[in-house]
Amino acid sequence: MIRLSWLQFRVQAVTAAAALAAAAVILAATSPHRDVNAGFYHWLYMAGIVVLYLTPAIIGTFWGAPLISRELETGTYRLAWTQSVTRTRWLAAKLGLGCLVSMATAGLLSLMVTWWSGPLDQLDQFNNYRLSPLTFGARDLTPVGYAAFAFALGVTIGLLLRRAVPAIAVTLAVFAAVQVAVPLEVRPYLIPPVHTVSPLSISNVTGTGDGGPGGPGGPTPSPYLSVGTKADIPGAWVYSSQVTVPDGSTALGPDPQACRSGSNSACDTALARLHLRQVVTYQPASRFWAFQWTETGLYLLLALLLTGFCMWRVNRRLTR
Amino acid sequence: MSAVIAANGLGKAYRRTWALRDCTLAVPEGHVVGLVGPNGAGKTTLLQLAAGLLAPTRGTISVLGDRPAAGPAQLARVGFVAQDTPVYMRMTVADHLRLGAWLNPGWDDSLARRRTGQLGLDPKQRAGSLSGGQRAQLALTLALAKRPELLLLDEPVASLDPLARREFLRMLMEAVAEHGTSVVLSSHLVADLERVCDYLIVLVASKIRVAEEVSDLLATHRRLSGPRRDPDTLPAGQDVIEESHTDKQTSLLVRTSEPVHDPAWAVTPVSLEDLILAYMNPANEIPARRPQLGVVS
Repeated sequence: MIRLSWLQFRVQAVTAAAALAAAAVILAATSPHRDVNAGFYHWLYMAGIVVLYLTPAIIGTFWGAPLISRELETGTYRLAWTQSVTRTRWLAAKLGLGCLVSMATAGLLSLMVTWWSGPLDQLDQFNNYRLSPLTFGARDLTPVGYAAFAFALGVTIGLLLRRAVPAIAVTLAVFAAVQVAVPLEVRPYLIPPVHTVSPLSISNVTGTGDGGPGGPGGPTPSPYLSVGTKADIPGAWVYSSQVTVPDGSTALGPDPQACRSGSNSACDTALARLHLRQVVTYQPASRFWAFQWTETGLYLLLALLLTGFCMWRVNRRLTR
Repeated sequence: MSAVIAANGLGKAYRRTWALRDCTLAVPEGHVVGLVGPNGAGKTTLLQLAAGLLAPTRGTISVLGDRPAAGPAQLARVGFVAQDTPVYMRMTVADHLRLGAWLNPGWDDSLARRRTGQLGLDPKQRAGSLSGGQRAQLALTLALAKRPELLLLDEPVASLDPLARREFLRMLMEAVAEHGTSVVLSSHLVADLERVCDYLIVLVASKIRVAEEVSDLLATHRRLSGPRRDPDTLPAGQDVIEESHTDKQTSLLVRTSEPVHDPAWAVTPVSLEDLILAYMNPANEIPARRPQLGVVS
């Protein structure tokens, strides 16, 4: 059955190999390891991220979705299921091989892009870091998990809809929704974040603004000012950075008069008197691999669950 | 005598419509079984149930003593060709033969090659560029070369030209003679069935009307014609299958195991075609038969 699966999937596999070879040539020829020219590389850097996000989507829609739905649509499943091979083995071979090729494709592409982007990920002017929600999904392991999940998702939707074209459309929509929802709603909670409380140094203050009960743009000028700050933790994924007074409540700012009308130094002096603290909630850069493994594992688990569902459906529901 | 297909109270419903109901039959082995009935009578459903492509809604079916598609061993013993003779459009003829060899332990490669050669199928040609008849031949070749004990064919000759049809049926008969293969084939072509079938199943409106050996059917059915007469006055044991009357004449198709001695009747034998048409006609009420004859009304 593996041989038949290969026969039916080799065109896709060869296409993937050709695309990977092309990507390897482009990336090797433009390697930023020799010469870091941020202006020139910015476009390619972003393209690498986009391509790595598109790859699993393409795998799910064009490899996964038609895999079974086309057999159901054209009736060839009746040929396949009446050979001397059980449906479980038939599906296991088709799904297993397709999933492996998908994971290998995404994995190799990710390896290349991660290597290529390595020097640029460090650059300040790219205003990026490996744990940032956008970059994280286009580095190292995660694309492998995405590809496995996208493929299994496409197969499952194809099995449910039994038609290739609607399956392709629905797979694309569902996968895109998952790819948006996970960084926003799931990833931040995979590992509990770190809270640090430290004395606020004046140099971290990015500015002061109207705040407090009156609120910005309120009917009357607020009697308070809020204090803005930036967290200076290299490579960390910062959820929030707040300024508090020593008892833990939100800082309501210095004497507004000192900052609204006085000089900068007067304002700084007023701030220093408050003994402000900075509370930062964040994921340190050192957790990059913990996040990579956890999220990849999560997607692989989802792919496994979908595979189990497909097995059940092919054996039970489809014949009823 | 073991049954290649044994069904007991078998029923299959799609949502709320019954495609097959109360089907009880035991098809003995070594026969070429003709499965006939009007369109939508449930022939395809019965064949797909036997192939394990559908699961029964009610009742049970066993094929060669086992649940259909129970495992690789059971699958290897049953060959099936669906009505639309599906093949992989993008795969070549040679690829299909490879598929058959890879997936079937009993694969007869020389038979497959010989047959594709005789049919003039180019091994390098993609199935998508074959004609409908050639695709059917390819699908049939796959099923034949699998060397099954039971072949289930859903209208196998529908898309073949008359010559190819005759050749295919001859091959089928050879397989039956050489390997003792049992065959169940559905068809609308009564002449073909007459040539090859020695067992007949008639399905009408999702129920089985007849399931019997052709020789028994031909031996027990007679056409009686004579002066006009009420069929109710016939002696017991003469069951009327079909009746037609003119002002003066009555023509009956009766089933009886005894010779007809009434001199008023002109008695003529019945062809299989007449018999099939009489049983297929939904207007005819088929009398209930004694169960030992294995007929379910």
